[in-house]
Amino acid sequence: MNNQAIFVILRRMRAPLLALITTYAVTVLGLVLMPGVNAQGEPERLSFFHAFYIITYTATTTGFGELPHPFSDAQRAWVTFSMYLSIVAWLYAIGALIALVRDPTFQRVFVESRFAAAVRRIREPFYIVCGYGDTGTVVVEALVNGIFSAVVIDRDETRINELALKDLARPVPALAADASLPDTLLLAGLEHPRCAGVIALYADDHTNLKIAISAKLLNPQLQVICRAASHDTQANMESFNTDAVINPFDSFADRLAMALHSPDSHLLYEWLTASPGEPLARRINPPRGTWVLCGYGRFGKALARHMEYEGVSMVIIEATPERVDAPEGTVRGRGTEAVTLREAHIERAVGIVAGTDDDANNLSMIVTARMLKPGLFMVARQNQRENEALFEAAGLDLVMQRSRAIARRILSLVSTPLLIHFLRHLRHESNDWAAQLIGRLQPLINDEAPEVWTVDVTPGGASALHAALSEGQSVSCGQLLSDPRDRDERLRALILLIRRGEEELLLPAADAQIEAGDRLLFAGRRGAARTLDLTLFNVHALRYVLSGASGPNGALWRWLRGEA
Amino acid sequence: MNIEKVIFSFFIVLALTLNFGFYLGEIHNPEHHNVYELFATIIVNLIATVLKFGERTQMGAVLLATSLVADLGLIAAALVWAYAVYVAGTGLTGSVTAVIVSLAGGALLANAVSVVLLVVEISLLRR
Repeated sequence: MNNQAIFVILRRMRAPLLALITTYAVTVLGLVLMPGVNAQGEPERLSFFHAFYIITYTATTTGFGELPHPFSDAQRAWVTFSMYLSIVAWLYAIGALIALVRDPTFQRVFVESRFAAAVRRIREPFYIVCGYGDTGTVVVEALVNGIFSAVVIDRDETRINELALKDLARPVPALAADASLPDTLLLAGLEHPRCAGVIALYADDHTNLKIAISAKLLNPQLQVICRAASHDTQANMESFNTDAVINPFDSFADRLAMALHSPDSHLLYEWLTASPGEPLARRINPPRGTWVLCGYGRFGKALARHMEYEGVSMVIIEATPERVDAPEGTVRGRGTEAVTLREAHIERAVGIVAGTDDDANNLSMIVTARMLKPGLFMVARQNQRENEALFEAAGLDLVMQRSRAIARRILSLVSTPLLIHFLRHLRHESNDWAAQLIGRLQPLINDEAPEVWTVDVTPGGASALHAALSEGQSVSCGQLLSDPRDRDERLRALILLIRRGEEELLLPAADAQIEAGDRLLFAGRRGAARTLDLTLFNVHALRYVLSGASGPNGALWRWLRGEA
Repeated sequence: MNIEKVIFSFFIVLALTLNFGFYLGEIHNPEHHNVYELFATIIVNLIATVLKFGERTQMGAVLLATSLVADLGLIAAALVWAYAVYVAGTGLTGSVTAVIVSLAGGALLANAVSVVLLVVEISLLRR
């Protein structure tokens, strides 16, 4: 890349340099040949040394006067000529150089090589984030606040500039380029040994598809996470092993359906996927009955399908029913006017979903519907992140915020892959099971969203624990959850899942034994993870937790006690 | 016939011949070595160097390298000359002339390599 730049410079500097050399040759030679006189009035020509000196200061418009002797008129005439000639040559050469530096292709070469160098310098595992819109902003910020680094690619130069102005925890190399080109992905470090995966977040499905396939072909080990709006694309992406495809409309509809049939499972889901420290989500109880759904686009369709599956009847309002292939009985209209809502029998409905792609319309529907029938369960789709304050003020029961929904999913995929397994189990368990778990979790965490983390029982992930287990000691889940500062106290955390090979142990009992090589999923109050680390990594702390014995344990003391 | 090639070869060969012309003569005799000839050699060499800029072939790179070597030798010769005459004030003594001419001789060698490479390239092209 850099070599190329040098060749471009050299090639384009040829003509200006030749002009300079020729000008200097002609003017210096001419000045030497002009007859002159010395101080004594004897004829004497200038030497090459003096001529070069004079031309140097003349050409650069410095001008020191007539040296070493006053010039003859012939010499003056030549210097006059030289001045015009050499100044033009200099202007031409400098102009050419500046034009070269300002040249877009040339600058592009520099920007790209600087970007590539920044990517090479990354030492942490990193994700390549393609598309820096609302979702990308949230994802990148959360990634760099955690243990990851990120590289950003977006087509839009202004978004890249916005990123540069942000105060992020780590430097994030960013490039304005087309991420669907394999070259761009390679430049962004697709084959970098620390590259952990690619996250494609463009609103355009086709671009995401191209990114996913290039990433999977060029580096099959990478984790590829994609956003998809249509089912075709989703199926297509899954067909070539894309690790996760996130369809924001579908996952929201799925969660609403979950809230309908088991509100506690939904609540647990919300808690575990929230970012730690967020205020705890409230339990929502979507009523069963007839719902009014405004807007039958991609979101509306996904919602209708899931609600239908739950056995909830819906009245659909849609402005252009033919275009979106709406079912029979669809009420034509925008849903923002009272007439349309009445036509959809809002007075008989229990809930309303404002699901068009226009935030102003959605809010207007909600306000109108509330006036017609107070006490409705209100769900709205928020399209623009900037409108957050409005949607908050509207006092909705549930807001579908696309970017946040996607960002959350991605973060749980990236930071705690084991959580996905747990959530899959959660789906199959009953609402009572979830309610019980909530009952156990709530006293531990007070009013903040819990921290969810994974512990690998390996020499690197929990050195002291792994060593103890390898020596044949037995450690149970209950022992592990004792506070290492006072073993009669319990840590404010619980074990959600143990993964042992392919086997998964859901909510292990206190006497369940831990084995070396296990992967444990914990959930608990913020800070509990750090306290637990003490038990996991510190031999003394672990010994205290297991046996209650504390005291010196160095080689010398053990020998003194006659232990070997 | 390619006019660019003509100009290119012309300057390379001219650099060699001028350099040779300056080099010819007794090594320590300033009478045998003309200042105008040195000037012309430097200018032609510089032009030849710039003409070789941006050639991406292996041959182009080697040609550029030899030219840079020749420039270095010749400019050093000119600097020694200027230093002896105007800074040290010793004038062109036999030993100073010998230094100048031997520097030019080194440049001559580099220029000769250039021309040989040029001939090799041309003969390869024919086949």
